[in-house]
Amino acid sequence: MIERFPEGFHPFVIPFLAGMAFVLVVCLAKAAVVFFQLDAGSRRRYLVSLIIPNVIIKNVIDIILDCLLHVKLWKRNRMLGFMHSSIAFGWFMIILLGHIQVLLYFPNRLNTFYYPIFFDYFIEGGNDTLVSKLMDVFLYVILAGIALAIIKRFYSKLFGMKRTARPTLFNMIGLYSLWAIFPLRLLAELCARSGNTDPTLWWAYSIALCTFMCVLPFSRYLHIPAEMLLVTMRNAHIEVTRPGKGMAKVQTDSCPNCGVCIDACPMNADPANLKDSTVYYTRQLRRNNRERIDHIADKCMLCGKCTSVCQVGVDGPKLRILARATRKYNIGADFTTVENLPVLPDAQGKVLYFSGCMTQLTPLIGRSIESVLKKAQVEYEWLDRDGGLCCGRPLHTAGRLKEAQELIHRNEELILSSGATTLLVSCPICYREFKEKYVLPGVNVVHYADYFTQLIENGRLVLKEKSDICYVYHDPCELGRGCGMYETPRKLIAQTAGIAEAPANRAGSICCGGSLGSLSLDFTHREKITRASLENLYQSRADAIATACPLCLATFSRYSDRPVKDLAQIIDEQTKTNNIRQ
Amino acid sequence: MMDFGFKLSKSSTIDLTDVKTDRFEQLCKQEPGARVCIGCGSCSASCPAASLSGMSMRKVLLAMQRGQDVRPMLRNCMLCGKCTMVCPRGLNTRNIILNICRQYD
Amino acid sequence: MNHNIVIIGGGIAGMEAAKALLALGHTPILIESKPYLGGHVAKWHKLFPDMSSATELVEKLRKDITAANIFLSTDVISMNRLASGWTLKLSNGIVINASAILVSTGFKLFEASKKEEYGYGVYENVITNSDLEAWFNGESDWRIPQNPKTIGFVHCVGSRDLKACNGQCSKVCCATAIKQAIEIKERFPFAKVYCFYMDLRLFGKKYEDFYVNAQRDYGVQFIRGRVSEVGETIDHRLQVKAEDTLSGKPLKLQLDMLVLMAGIVNNPSIRSISAMSGLETDSDGFLRSSDNEYGVVESGQPGIYFAGACTGPKTVPETVAEARSAALQIHSYIKKLA
Repeated sequence: MIERFPEGFHPFVIPFLAGMAFVLVVCLAKAAVVFFQLDAGSRRRYLVSLIIPNVIIKNVIDIILDCLLHVKLWKRNRMLGFMHSSIAFGWFMIILLGHIQVLLYFPNRLNTFYYPIFFDYFIEGGNDTLVSKLMDVFLYVILAGIALAIIKRFYSKLFGMKRTARPTLFNMIGLYSLWAIFPLRLLAELCARSGNTDPTLWWAYSIALCTFMCVLPFSRYLHIPAEMLLVTMRNAHIEVTRPGKGMAKVQTDSCPNCGVCIDACPMNADPANLKDSTVYYTRQLRRNNRERIDHIADKCMLCGKCTSVCQVGVDGPKLRILARATRKYNIGADFTTVENLPVLPDAQGKVLYFSGCMTQLTPLIGRSIESVLKKAQVEYEWLDRDGGLCCGRPLHTAGRLKEAQELIHRNEELILSSGATTLLVSCPICYREFKEKYVLPGVNVVHYADYFTQLIENGRLVLKEKSDICYVYHDPCELGRGCGMYETPRKLIAQTAGIAEAPANRAGSICCGGSLGSLSLDFTHREKITRASLENLYQSRADAIATACPLCLATFSRYSDRPVKDLAQIIDEQTKTNNIRQ
Repeated sequence: MMDFGFKLSKSSTIDLTDVKTDRFEQLCKQEPGARVCIGCGSCSASCPAASLSGMSMRKVLLAMQRGQDVRPMLRNCMLCGKCTMVCPRGLNTRNIILNICRQYD
Repeated sequence: MNHNIVIIGGGIAGMEAAKALLALGHTPILIESKPYLGGHVAKWHKLFPDMSSATELVEKLRKDITAANIFLSTDVISMNRLASGWTLKLSNGIVINASAILVSTGFKLFEASKKEEYGYGVYENVITNSDLEAWFNGESDWRIPQNPKTIGFVHCVGSRDLKACNGQCSKVCCATAIKQAIEIKERFPFAKVYCFYMDLRLFGKKYEDFYVNAQRDYGVQFIRGRVSEVGETIDHRLQVKAEDTLSGKPLKLQLDMLVLMAGIVNNPSIRSISAMSGLETDSDGFLRSSDNEYGVVESGQPGIYFAGACTGPKTVPETVAEARSAALQIHSYIKKLA
């Protein structure tokens, strides 16, 4: 193995070096901006996290699994997983092995930066080593991935995707230059190995690299560096707080435009909403197109399904709430001076039931809860039997954060002054807000599914014989993806009746279309979404639909061809009135 | 002030001839549904803020068409969405409220 | 040649049409899916505005059409178009070659339990207009208290309500509510009766008199506000919430009994009939007439005619008039064939 040229330089390396310098400067500058956009506490937390051994290990593992191997995509679709990880992991390995090769055989050339990239041009007979053979294998793996990528552009269905994101101009340039890099490298290497030192192919290879790196910051390929930053920031528990800044910016830049969220979005049951998926939202955020940002942010139902399928972990709902929060409202709500509140029950040491606003329109839920509590001889008070204050989540999701906080404070005061030790909640919208935003020392906030499970386990509730009805359980967005409760309701149903599963369930559940999350979707435009969600449930062939949200209940009841019941109602029907205490 | 035994006050008649409904027209550009309210009062009846600030979606829409100030009524709206749920004409009341709140300056 | 005329639906529209066709010299075949004739009217107590007996009307019609071929508890299971006319297969196995068909499948009452906020099936003392009629007709109903002091009527339950998937007015409920309010006042003279309405649509002959009658002679109170929800007080009394829009204030009212005026929605059986025959449904879900001004009883397909509420909510006199009109058109159609 010998060097062909003593000077070890050729002008074709200049485009590569220029591109590399450009992309490094831009990315470092962007990272610095993001870092200084964080509040002081987050900055400190981030820096500290970078020296904690556990976090370092987690960062490395996460980067390998998420950014290089794309494990989440593998779980989704193997073809899609292979395509992405072959390119990402393969390229990474070529770069790594290239450097090892130079380090092993020509350590004095390591400082040139370009030797590992153009090794076969400068070195003669360098292709016999194990490292070089491995690199060849990875190059072929990448080429296979690129072949798949080309096929995917025409037959995305093979990859489990009905729809893909439409690329922008910069994305196209990035894509074609990326596709060009590896075949050019292969050809250049083959020529060089056969003794041909014509630099033309190497020029082309270098220019393709340069083009790719120059468009990287302006295209979806920014996700490559951004995602690494995202992983480390996430592991440092940095939160999305400011629109377009800090963590929000990193999330936006980390979107790889893979378009997996398009098929996931329940709104796309209506083709009119196709351009409002999270992939297009992050694109508009990067362009700072205010009009489109507002349009998409206001329309989204905040069901969170895009986040659940996102391989990067872009929090679609949160980014939208932030955008909503930037809108100017000249009529501010004020709950600090609110009087005329309903009489507060004395619930000293008792269970306090909070039904929420929507449950007043679905009285069977509240009735069933009361009935079950009576059967189990639980001492309780109903805080908002005759109406009360909203939990604050609708204001919060509408982006009126200050007003929501005021309302939350009022509710906290009310609940704490009632003396209750347990706050029983039936509405998942309220439940999520209570869990995430309320500070209620000494009060155990519990969802009725958990509470009733406990009552059954303690023997305070006695179940009847199983009913013959087979239910399919619809995971309400706020309870499932929102609070992570998937199994408890299913277990309760399985104990009392038959249960079937719809093809899309749990974290993949399809929003009923009634969500309060959307501000601008009006009634007539929600029907298609509801019907698509129902179609998924019908596929289970269950006799009836069970859910655990007043909004899902009301929305489904409108169009469903079979009965729709709330979980509370099913439990009430299936528990004995004269229970035997243990 | 001399007491005449009666007060001079503005006429309580709404003179529709001169009423300015610019705000309502602007609202209808964003939410055309605002025009189809039939004033059934379902929204006000179900509104948890009605007892707090006299909030009434029906009155807000009517007042805007009569060129009156609606700000005090909207002060305690919690955006809970009950009015949207009960409206028989399918008005997207929450977005109507947010649009009105954005109008004033 | 003998031409068969099939009437699908034995409510008052089908019965009146059969009667008219008999008078014109035909022997129609009347098919009714229920085991009795008369449809909704057979279960009704009195008719507005003259308070005549609904059951007597049905009984009279039934006697008038004994000469017709009547199949009760029978459904049409297939319809096939022939060169002229149709072949119908019935659920009792009979196959009929029909030259003309009259569709008079009527309507279905809106399922009040679908508006859960009104508490039908949730609270004990919430009933529907048809439950009340059955009680007037002597059926017992545990949901109706012994001596109710306050009774409410909710208009437009499942009508004029996009959320109930029916944006149209059911036309007859306003007058029915007034009729039932009067009847209930006759049963419980000391009860206070309230009607909650959005608009009172009293368009027919003498309906306004009927309204005045209810106000002046029976003291029925009309509250201009749609009920948004029905709840329960701690002592388990019904409580309705509405806005008293005329005074501009939210209103609560505790009641002993609440009657929901369930609206008129399309009969789901028209879906199978339109699938079998190619008849279309209009945007309101009812069958589409060839036009809604001049050709209400015509389907646009040769030999198929409509009568009554299968094309939309109708009053009794409208239904009867349509039935006669359709019978006459069928008669001239058959004559042309012969």
